[in-house]
Amino acid sequence: MRWLRANLFSNWPNTIATLVIVWLAWKLLVPFFDWALVEAIWVASDTQTCRAAKGTGACWALIHEKHRFMLFGTYPFELQWRPLLVILILLALYVTSALRSCWRPWLAVAWMVGLAAIGILMWGGVLGLRYVENERWGGLALTLLLATFGIALAFPLAILLALGRRSELPVLRALCVLYIELIRGVPLISLLFMASVMLPLFLPEGMSIDKLLRAQIAMTLFAAAYLAEVVRGGLQAVPRGQLEAAQALGLPYWRTTWLVVLPQALRISIPPLVNTFIGFFKDTSLVLIIGLFDLLTTVKVSIGEPQWVGFGVEAYIFVSVVYFVFCYAMSRYSQNLELELARGAARGGVR
Amino acid sequence: MIELTGVNKWFGEFQALKNIDLSVARGEKIVVCGPSGSGKSTMIRLINRLEAHQSGRIVVDGIELTDDLQAIEKIRAEVGMVFQSFNLFPHLTVLENLTLAPVWVHHTPRQEARELAMQLLVRVRIPEQAAKYPGQLSGGQQQRVAIARALAMRPKVMLFDEPTSALDPEMIKEVLEVMIELAQEGMTMLVVTHEMGFARTVADRIVFMDQGEIVESGTPRDFFAAPKTDRARLFLSQILGH
Ligand SMILES: Nc1ncnc2c1ncn2[C@@H]1O[C@H](COP(=O)(O)OP(=O)(O)OP(=O)(O)O)[C@@H](O)[C@H]1O
Ligand SMILES: [Mg+2]
Repeated sequence: MRWLRANLFSNWPNTIATLVIVWLAWKLLVPFFDWALVEAIWVASDTQTCRAAKGTGACWALIHEKHRFMLFGTYPFELQWRPLLVILILLALYVTSALRSCWRPWLAVAWMVGLAAIGILMWGGVLGLRYVENERWGGLALTLLLATFGIALAFPLAILLALGRRSELPVLRALCVLYIELIRGVPLISLLFMASVMLPLFLPEGMSIDKLLRAQIAMTLFAAAYLAEVVRGGLQAVPRGQLEAAQALGLPYWRTTWLVVLPQALRISIPPLVNTFIGFFKDTSLVLIIGLFDLLTTVKVSIGEPQWVGFGVEAYIFVSVVYFVFCYAMSRYSQNLELELARGAARGGVR
Repeated sequence: MIELTGVNKWFGEFQALKNIDLSVARGEKIVVCGPSGSGKSTMIRLINRLEAHQSGRIVVDGIELTDDLQAIEKIRAEVGMVFQSFNLFPHLTVLENLTLAPVWVHHTPRQEARELAMQLLVRVRIPEQAAKYPGQLSGGQQQRVAIARALAMRPKVMLFDEPTSALDPEMIKEVLEVMIELAQEGMTMLVVTHEMGFARTVADRIVFMDQGEIVESGTPRDFFAAPKTDRARLFLSQILGH
């Protein structure tokens, strides 16, 4: 009660604003919940039921009907347990990587084993698994793969670029600056176009890289440029005395970088790194323009089918929720980490 | 042990060190003092190549300092350094701070490095802090860890750059005690400090610097009783007179 009076009804303008907002929320949210939950149709054998309810209730039956396609694309139906398993492996890797008690050498091993397992599951062709060409990969599985491999490959590259940009060798420094500025100055869409149209022109006769790989390369190069700047910011925040202390002990450059400077720089840059990861995760949806079936594309294709035309709202709400869940998880995680680090710093040191 | 002959150092146009000659014998303890900006830090930072000199010769334990990286790393491993601002590695525990360099530079087995580290922590009187992070220690404790960290490399020379000037008075004592013990054990030491009490008890020689030059050098007794130059006299009256 006290809180209400102090924050919402402290004076006349405040009271009026509060009332207006409550009224607006009432006017907008109640019909929305009505539509999305109360009147909604969850399962339907045909689209007639949905059409009849159009305007009064949401047709979640669309999602029910199409979820396999949205999750796995055109992956052979009876083999879809494989991309499902891949999604679960990825989720498990994300969660363990997020737990600081798991930041041990074995985590790197877990990632390597995990990524290898993912490759085997998706492609098959070994261990009695049927081969599935990557044109048929799609949906959420593809989105997660593009994002994960993109970040996993871009991150080490970004660290090298950031170190290169701070190097004392002028040529190396200039090259890194050139790379970063060039890639950052171009929209991802045009990089994807270039990768899908121009890259094949440069390759020798008879050699071809498939579309997915080209997209992955373009996205990796793009992400690396952004991440490099974030890492560089972290490097700059490490006091010079740290470098000097390590050098004074006789540690060579790479050992100093690896054991003393980078661990501190990366800890400092966790929040902006996560921010970049979130942006990159959503940017994977741009592969739509070169014809890869990521989550957004599968949703778009679903509502292009004649019997589902007109149910775009439901489809896009669904896809937004999926993206939101992933991005919000990342964002919450980074906030928690920031708090933890701040607590460490309050005791006098970044942990 | 350390031999500087005709050393000059410029920062751009500004000459920070002018024609420095200094030789430190094995086991000798030298205290360097002088007003702010006189080049004391610069001089001792040249000795382990945290700064590079432009002319003159610097020879440490028979190895001449040049651009040769291997020689530099060899010298750094033999020369311990303690900074005014401690510069402990905040992401590592106290014990890890002490074992890092022995493990990665001398390739000491981890277990052995840990045992040596614990001995050193006993020596600087904080074995109970081994598992803590530097941020959880007091300034005096941090500086003693920093000394132990340098000693963990079994250096032949120790350089100190104003090791106590970032500390509260009651902590200065605990750090100086450790340094005095070290001196009594025969370590070769080059110490930049304004702790004149320490200089009197420990130093074999006091080197007074001003404006990038070594103005005078002599035994503590001579230096305190009868400074030869006006600049030294003025300096002494300022820091002793308060
Ligand atoms: N990296 C640098 N770039 C330019 N000038 C520098 C640099 N380091 C030191 N100097 C200059 O060189 C001179 C000597 O500096 P130095 O730090 O050696 O003095 P100091 O005797 O240690 O002084 P203090 O008692 O304040 O520590 C100063 O005038 C300083 O401004
Ligand atoms: Mg100084």
